[in-house]
Amino acid sequence: MLGRTASSLYWMSRYMERAENMARLLEVGYRISLMPGAVEGHRDEWRSTLQSAACDFAYDRKHNEITGAKVIQFLIFDEDNPSSIRASIKTARNNGRAVRTALTRDVWESINTTWNELAQVKPSSMTADRLPVFLEWVKQRVMSFRGALLGTMLRNDTYYFSQVGNFLERADNTARILDVKYFILLPKPTDVGSDLDMQQWAQILRSVSAHRSYRWFYRDSKYRPWMISEFLILKEEMPRSLVFSYYWINMALDGLANLYGKRYGCHDLAQDTYQRLKTGNMDDIFQSGLHEFLQDFVSRNARLSASIGMNYNFP
Amino acid sequence: MAAIFNEMEGKGGAVREPYARIEEWLRTLSPRDVERALKEAEAIFRRQGITFAVYGDNQASERLIPFDIIPRIFAASEWRKLSAGIEQRVRALNAFIHDLYHRQEILRAGRIPSELIIQNEAFVPEMVGVMAARGIYAHIIGIDIVRVAENEFYVLEDNCRTPSGVSYMLEDREAMMYLFPELFAQQRICPVENYPAMLRQTLESVAPPACKGEPTAVILTPGIHNSAFFEHAFLADEMGVELCEGNDLFVSDGYLYMRTTQEPKRVDVVYRRIDDAFLDPLTFRPDSAIGVPGIFDLYRAGRVTLVNAPGTGIADDKSIYTYIPDVIEFYTGEKPLLKNVPTWRCGDPKQLAYVLDHLPELVVKEVHGSGGYGMLVGPTSSKKDIEDFRARLKARPGNYIAQPTLALSSVPTFTRSGVAPRHVDLRPFVLSGDKVRITPGGLTRVALKKGSLVVNSSQGGGTKDTWVLED
Amino acid sequence: MNLFVRHETHYDYDSPVAYSAQRLHLWPADFASQRTLSWKIEAPGIEKALSYTDGFGNRVHMLTFERASGPMSIIAEGVVNCSDAAGVVRGLPSAAPDAIFLRMTRATAPSAPIRALVEKNLADGPVLEGLHGLMDDIHRKVTYEIGATDAHTTAAEAFADGRGVCQDHAHILIAAARGAGIPARYVTGYLVTGMGASSTAAHAWAEVLVPALGWVGFDPANNKCPTDNYVRVAAGIDASGVAPIRGSRRGGAIERMRVEVRVEIAQQ
Repeated sequence: MLGRTASSLYWMSRYMERAENMARLLEVGYRISLMPGAVEGHRDEWRSTLQSAACDFAYDRKHNEITGAKVIQFLIFDEDNPSSIRASIKTARNNGRAVRTALTRDVWESINTTWNELAQVKPSSMTADRLPVFLEWVKQRVMSFRGALLGTMLRNDTYYFSQVGNFLERADNTARILDVKYFILLPKPTDVGSDLDMQQWAQILRSVSAHRSYRWFYRDSKYRPWMISEFLILKEEMPRSLVFSYYWINMALDGLANLYGKRYGCHDLAQDTYQRLKTGNMDDIFQSGLHEFLQDFVSRNARLSASIGMNYNFP
Repeated sequence: MAAIFNEMEGKGGAVREPYARIEEWLRTLSPRDVERALKEAEAIFRRQGITFAVYGDNQASERLIPFDIIPRIFAASEWRKLSAGIEQRVRALNAFIHDLYHRQEILRAGRIPSELIIQNEAFVPEMVGVMAARGIYAHIIGIDIVRVAENEFYVLEDNCRTPSGVSYMLEDREAMMYLFPELFAQQRICPVENYPAMLRQTLESVAPPACKGEPTAVILTPGIHNSAFFEHAFLADEMGVELCEGNDLFVSDGYLYMRTTQEPKRVDVVYRRIDDAFLDPLTFRPDSAIGVPGIFDLYRAGRVTLVNAPGTGIADDKSIYTYIPDVIEFYTGEKPLLKNVPTWRCGDPKQLAYVLDHLPELVVKEVHGSGGYGMLVGPTSSKKDIEDFRARLKARPGNYIAQPTLALSSVPTFTRSGVAPRHVDLRPFVLSGDKVRITPGGLTRVALKKGSLVVNSSQGGGTKDTWVLED
Repeated sequence: MNLFVRHETHYDYDSPVAYSAQRLHLWPADFASQRTLSWKIEAPGIEKALSYTDGFGNRVHMLTFERASGPMSIIAEGVVNCSDAAGVVRGLPSAAPDAIFLRMTRATAPSAPIRALVEKNLADGPVLEGLHGLMDDIHRKVTYEIGATDAHTTAAEAFADGRGVCQDHAHILIAAARGAGIPARYVTGYLVTGMGASSTAAHAWAEVLVPALGWVGFDPANNKCPTDNYVRVAAGIDASGVAPIRGSRRGGAIERMRVEVRVEIAQQ
């Protein structure tokens, strides 16, 4: 397989996953903005949405004030923002188009239909009342893409590179959401471990579609920061957790190693991160600082991405 | 302009034999059937991403080429005649290209003015002395043919560089078989689906001398923003070869390789869909970022085969076109089986004078243009358009040729107001390698506007499935 | 006369080179009045480089390497036996038909002032004489000056400016000859300027197809036909096709290039 093909598959999956995560973040932002509360609070909420999406700097360069309408436009339609839903799906589709021959018809048609339909949506039509339906549509489309991928692709390098991209992006997103929200919600170290406003904490879980599964898993009606962090970092049962993502990254990388009969630096890197997560515990993580832990994770994740690109000759 | 030949109705209004079944079928189709089929066809094309980018049109940077569901049909006997003429023509074109880059016998013999070749932009001096595998330079040629009467066909132009459109020929057939399987059950229609297999055989048959084992062929594309990218991907997929961009290929120690997720892999044959100028920054445009540095040196040295070879454009240059009948005679010793359209060379003062006097009835084309831009179709142009064009023509007469406005044949086509005749042309695709392979039929392009003679997809033309009936 | 040539090209980069491809025209041709006694090219990867003879009879090398850092040098060196044939080049194998060398390129398109030169020297009379007159005119009207022109300067520009280097002199002569319908080609090589002297630059001149004589060299920069002081390397339509080294690379941020040429009369 061409190095460029592998790279395109990897980025196609990353951007589809990014679009889905962006839709979730926007759902949460939108929910909060509907709640009674101070206008100031809304602004903070939108700011934290921007931060979670790692789009705050780009936004500030373009706009001098934060309003719900502007944030929504920026995160959904603005093609200058490479992580907007529109830009993500466009990039994913361009990557898919470049490797059209490596995809099954189902995968391609799923991604192509998504782009064709999205291209028809006018930014001006995105009024508050239509937003939830639209975001739901985005999630559905990404799931259809993933379903087509899982259901029709041969388990060969094509599949493995897509999977690596998918889970690397997911791990990155989960880590950043947790870091940003946690930072905002817990400004003082003394607050760590205390019960806080349930409504606020529910956001983190909603951002990763885990508010129900959390309660089911912990059999607890309260949102506890300690447990939420544990759920999102260390629990293999949770399909958007860091450890879950790394389990699948390793599965895919091992698949490549078996197929090609060669292991590289990226394999050691991924394995090392996975072992840390698998054997980690929250006491240690809080002891040395959750923020530091997550920052370190995000940079490891980025290093892994670069190393995969190098080992498999991405252009 | 002479009466228009309607391929279904013929001259006398009686349905011509090849169209007998289709005419019956058309009568059974309700408008709702047609609407459903057209919608379904569009959905198929759209979903698969069969699009064509139109330059200078941001709104619809990816458009579908309209597809018409009424096929264009040739009888087996008609096709036999046509294909004999086509084969004769491509053999002559390849012999011509070989000669131009070697001893130039045809110039020495005075059959073509030497200057016309030597000073031609499409002539590539770097090709001098290249011994192409099997003596083939233009492996893939698309010949644009028009019909004006029952037995009168003309070659409008030869496309010897990187002719496109073959994917539409294949997809149009797929769509027809999906929408109307019964039509294919009722009569024997020559299949076109083995074109990709034949293309691959052709590519492998011209592997360079340096290739010892099984040759590896790839397609080289400028990338997803190219107007014909869909076709590049489609052909790569159908042939089962890699679709590469310039960056994927590199020269190492005298051989061509592709960068893979494992070891570099040797490449022997490159079906390149990028223009000569961008192929290799070491030989052609140094600022090309889409080419492969050194690939031309490998070609020269017989380490890799480029399909088509650089410099084949000299054979389809519009200023050379008028000499092609001589070219055919010179290299084959036979009379041309397919005729050229009579053509005036505006660079010649006498011919220019005639052209200027008859602009309203002529078609005037730029010598170095393509895609139907910068041409004048006299009979359908306004006075102002004609006068504007006259000025351009006078300013650079050598840049234009003129032809009579041909009464292109018409084929019934679905329009907003029902079935109506529309003008068509035909582009058969011809492969040359270990032998000449011609897919029965080709791409029929149809001018969808009433009375229009411009069939180019960039000018709103559509396509039709093309049938060659078996005896 | 035996001439010793050493042509060094040194590169230095600020960051590692990921990939480099270079085409070399650094191998002298053999013909009636020139015989290569010894010649070699030293460069990383040269032993695996592709080598072939192009349509103009030039021996070409295609050099590639991956992942290199630090300085890199390409050195061509050898001894060539040259005899004085008054510039006449015989016995050079080339597939190219002579007519090819009438092709006008951007660099060799004649301007009105160049056409005036043609009119003056080549309108009538013996061609050989006319060419000498032409060479003399170009030599006098275009002062040799380094830095006034660059690799992309055309014949028309250099002639209008009245300054240039050997490349410009050659292009002007070629433009004029082709303007008169006489095939002319661009030639690269080396020149030793006198007995016991050495030279520090690669040289270029023109060859023109003279009826009855065949290809004859004209060096307007020095206003003479090549003698046994000249080593002929490569020929082409114009300078762009026969640069001694033409390269393309990925990585290797800033490139510094230094060229040193030494041409000496060899001990016999």
